[in-house]
This record gives sequence, structure tokens and C-alpha cells, in this order.
Amino acid sequence: MNHDAYPDNYIRGILNSVKSIAMVGASPVNVRPSYFAFKYLAQRGYDMIPVNPGHVGKDLLGKPFVASLRDIGRPLDMIDIFRNSSHIMPVVEEALTLDPLPKVIWMQLGARDDAAAAKAEAAGIKVVMNRCPKIEYGRLSSEISWMGVNSRTLSSKRPPAPTQGMRLSINRMSVGGGDTAASDRAAKNKSEQS
Amino acid sequence: MSDRLPGFSTLAVHAGAQPDPTTGARATPIYQTTSFVFNDADHAASLFGLQAFGNIYTRIGNPTNAVLEERVAALEGGTAALAVASGHAAQVVVLQQLLQPGDEFIAARKLYGGSINQFTHAFKSFGWNVVWADPDDIASFERAVTPRTKAIFIESIANPAGSITDIEAISTVARKAGVPLIVDNTLASPYLIRPIDHGADIVVHSLTKFLGGHGNSLGGIIVDAGTFDWSAGGKYPMLSEPRPEYHGIRIQETFGNFAFAIACRVLGLRDLGPALSPFNAFMILTGIETLPLRMQKHCDNAKAVAEFLAGHPAVASVNYAGLPSDKYHQLARKYAPKGAGAVFTFSLKGGYDAGVSLVSKLQLFSHLANVGDTRSLVIHPASTTHSQLDDAAKTKSGAGPDVVRLSIGIEDKEDLIADLEQALSA
Repeated sequence: MNHDAYPDNYIRGILNSVKSIAMVGASPVNVRPSYFAFKYLAQRGYDMIPVNPGHVGKDLLGKPFVASLRDIGRPLDMIDIFRNSSHIMPVVEEALTLDPLPKVIWMQLGARDDAAAAKAEAAGIKVVMNRCPKIEYGRLSSEISWMGVNSRTLSSKRPPAPTQGMRLSINRMSVGGGDTAASDRAAKNKSEQS
Repeated sequence: MSDRLPGFSTLAVHAGAQPDPTTGARATPIYQTTSFVFNDADHAASLFGLQAFGNIYTRIGNPTNAVLEERVAALEGGTAALAVASGHAAQVVVLQQLLQPGDEFIAARKLYGGSINQFTHAFKSFGWNVVWADPDDIASFERAVTPRTKAIFIESIANPAGSITDIEAISTVARKAGVPLIVDNTLASPYLIRPIDHGADIVVHSLTKFLGGHGNSLGGIIVDAGTFDWSAGGKYPMLSEPRPEYHGIRIQETFGNFAFAIACRVLGLRDLGPALSPFNAFMILTGIETLPLRMQKHCDNAKAVAEFLAGHPAVASVNYAGLPSDKYHQLARKYAPKGAGAVFTFSLKGGYDAGVSLVSKLQLFSHLANVGDTRSLVIHPASTTHSQLDDAAKTKSGAGPDVVRLSIGIEDKEDLIADLEQALSA
């Protein structure tokens, strides 16, 4: 997988198929990006599990914190890692000890570890790096268009009137002509420099 | 769902717009409302805390305006955009995110006269200091860089003479200096030039001109290329540091490659207030649907008119980059191969008086202070748009006393040429 620019169908396939998501580094502080993403994904119907050893005994939006992936005790579809790039490898190594293995390992916006990604992919796990699942879901459903963001999708279909907490269709036509290749290139240059 | 690559004209019609979920309306509705009802207290708190996507109040965002924003972002190849009340408002909002009092920005000397005034006088009172450079001398941008430089600002096709700027060369200077390159793409429109493809980090427009295209609605827009790393070097605290007005959120960390557009919305537009009317957004959106058709006609007409003027005995010189003899022709071929725009200047052998006489005798060209209308327009910059500059600055910016500026419309070119011919020979 080319981790500089993901085809929309790759991201769409992941977001359409996963149900349970363990979020490593989830924060109960409501101005942290992990809190935003956790809350949004829970509202869109994903089965969210907060993982953070510093908050065991508390809960996040009604879901109890667990200390580690191994403590979850049931199969996971996806692990969403809200940690800096330098803390990715141990999480991936722990994920590789799970049975069954998770289907997807997702690293948040700003996080990228190509060696960890290669290990996970060698075990048959799909990997996404330096993306936010909330942003990608909002983009592919065009919900993020409220913020003037280029969703890079088009549709001539009438969408259902949105109601609170509903799953949105993310099966819109993708647009390469309005791509953000410039932004992808800049991110690649940055990751090559670091 | 294949990942097709739709063309520019398809995006001009479709990007950002979908049938209205409630009514099925196919044209984008005008959401002429100040405010939006919350689902409940938690939803309201999520929206105010920037945690959920949605609408609060039209000063911060509006569904009609959002369609316009996404459409222009798609046409420019940016990650996001923010529509505001005018091109001038776009410039204020952009620089407010980048500059602290005492900081500097470098601007090309060849700019719209209104921008020169805004930068020289209004921004000085904010403590934002403009340093001028010459777009024909790239080294002058390098020499202007200091530790306080926070941005470089240029026009892709520059006022008033329609000269073409070497965007890539100046973007190299900006990258070396570690500052974003801001390109005003008003006179080109994304149909002719997409500055992000040439290294721009931020694109601004007066939507009032070719994008709206019909001379009926003011508007401005800011496009975020998603290319600049705002956290490097700590030079841009509005984006990289915790924001007290949002309980300590860091904008770049939270919004990634569209952080700049979000900062412009939630720190700039929200607090400075130059919101675009949804009605104007609707008018501009309707205009954008025909941008590719109009822009090509504007350019084809402009080339024919420029060729006519270049061969007329009363004309001393024509500045149009679409003419092979023009100083900027090679740059035009590189950056704007479909056409060199439709705004250019020429000077008359009879000087100032001949310019005034021409303007008064024209029957189809309208004498007014705008460009990028379906109608052909004429103005004498020295006595109008550039009148607040002294004579030396007028000449330096290409608006000397003998210069007349045209903005060529989409009428039949034969009629435009006939009108000029009668006015020049009378």
C-alpha cells in the first residue's frame, strides 16, 4: 500500500466494514482530538473501546477505559492509535499478539511509522497512517462540507435527511480532478525529511 | 464507485452541491437565515467546541456558502476554503492568522490599487508591515526576507496590466524562507491558472470578478492548499498553540491539512465578522457553473481586441501577455496556456487627454471600477483605482497617466473592436 495517498475506495472499504474500534490513547479531556474522534465515531454507530492505562476505572461517554489491547478480551475490527509516531511500534507489536488479529490498524493525523506498518501488513492487517477516521468519514459522507472542506466526492442522489446518531452513506463518487495532490506531496516531503 | 477523475467543467457544475435532503431541490437553496437550531444542549456544546460538523450562525458558516467554499476548493485543488464578504476581507482574514503586530510580509509591487492601499495604510495601523518587491526581479523577494517575515503575497495575473507572475520562482523563495506563499488568483481564475500546482500555500480571490462573473455580487474566498506545516519553527501561534477561545484546542493538531481554512473561519471570520451573504453566495455559485465557457470567451475576445489595438495608429503600446511580442508572453505560455486573461492595459499616443476622450466616446464599454464582468469595461487607472498613489508609484505599478485599462467581456468581438475603432478615430 502506498501510504502517501490512499485511494478513497480503500478508506471507504475500511469504514464500511469495521464495527468495533479500540482507540489507543483516547483522552477524557474534551478539547483533545482523540475525544472528538471517539465521540463522533460512537455517534456514527461504531462500537468504541477507550484504551488508556492512565484512566482505568473511569469511563469515556459511558465506555469503560481499559489499560491495554489485551485487556479487551473480545475480537477487534480496528485499532485507532492516537499516539506520536515514536510510540506506534509497541502498540502494533501488542496488536500482533492478539488472537484473532485485528483487521485494520489506523494511525492518527500526524502519526506515521513505516516499519510498524510493514510488520502489520506482513501479518495481513490493513494499515492507514496520518489520517483521522472522523475526518475521512465526514469527508466521504460529505458531512464535513459544512466546514468548507473539499470532500473530493460528488453525488446527484438525494441523501436522506440526517438525524441524530444515524450512519451516513459514504458511498459517493470520488473525485480525483479536485484532488489534493499538492497536500499529499507536502506530507510525503515532510515524512521523508524526518 | 470508481475513483474517476472528472474534469474542470464537471467540478464547476457539481463540486460541493447535492440535492437538498429535505426538499429534493436540485439547485443549491439560498439558506437566508442567521442561525440554526441545535438538536439538544450536547449538540450545541459539540458545535461550539468545534467537535461536530454543523451550522451555528451565518457569521461562522452557512450551507449555501459551504457549497461555494467546497466548489472553489475543488476547482483550485485545495483542501478547504472559506468564503467572506469581499476580496479585501479575504486578505485581512488571511494575514490576521499569520502576522502579529510588528511582523512583516513581502508583497509584489504590481497589485490591484485597492490592495496597495490596504497593505500600505490600513494594515500599518495593525502593526503589519508590508515590504514591497518587484515581481520582475525574483532576487528582490529574497533580499526582502527578514526574521520577521511571515508571508509572501503576489497576484498570478497582476493588476493593472495583466502581467504574468513567475509563481514557481517566488514559491522557491517562500519555501527557503519558511513562510507561506499567498497568491491572489482573481484575474486568472482557476480555469486559467491553478497556483497550488505551482507552489502556492494559500489562494485568495475576489469572487466579485471572473468567478461570479456577472458584476452583480461582491464576495471573497480563501483556499487552503494544505501544504504548509504551521507548527514548524513556532512562527504561527494562531495555528500551532492552544487557543484560549476554544479551551486550549490546537488548530493544526486537530484539523491537519485544512487547519488554515478552519483558523480563518473560527478565529478570523468569527471574530472580525466579514461574512458573505448567502444570497451573494448563490449568485456567485450560479456564475461559477459557466466559468470555463465564459473564461475561454473572455480570453479569445481579449486576444482579438489586443491584436486590433496593437495595429492601430493612435495606440502607443499594448500590454497583453497573450501577444507574442509581449514581455510576459513566455510566462503566459507556461502558466496560462488557455489564454492570458481578459484584463490588460494600453497607452495612447495622445497621452492623458486621449485616454479621457476615448473613455467618454465608447458606447459598449462601461466606464467603471470593476473587472471580470460579462460586459466589457474600461477605466483610466491614474484617475481612479490607482489615484491615491503618487506619480512614481503609479508608473511603477503599471498605471501611468497615459494608460487605459480594459476588461474584455463576452460580447461579440467584432462589436467590441468596432466600438473601440469609432472611439479612437472620432
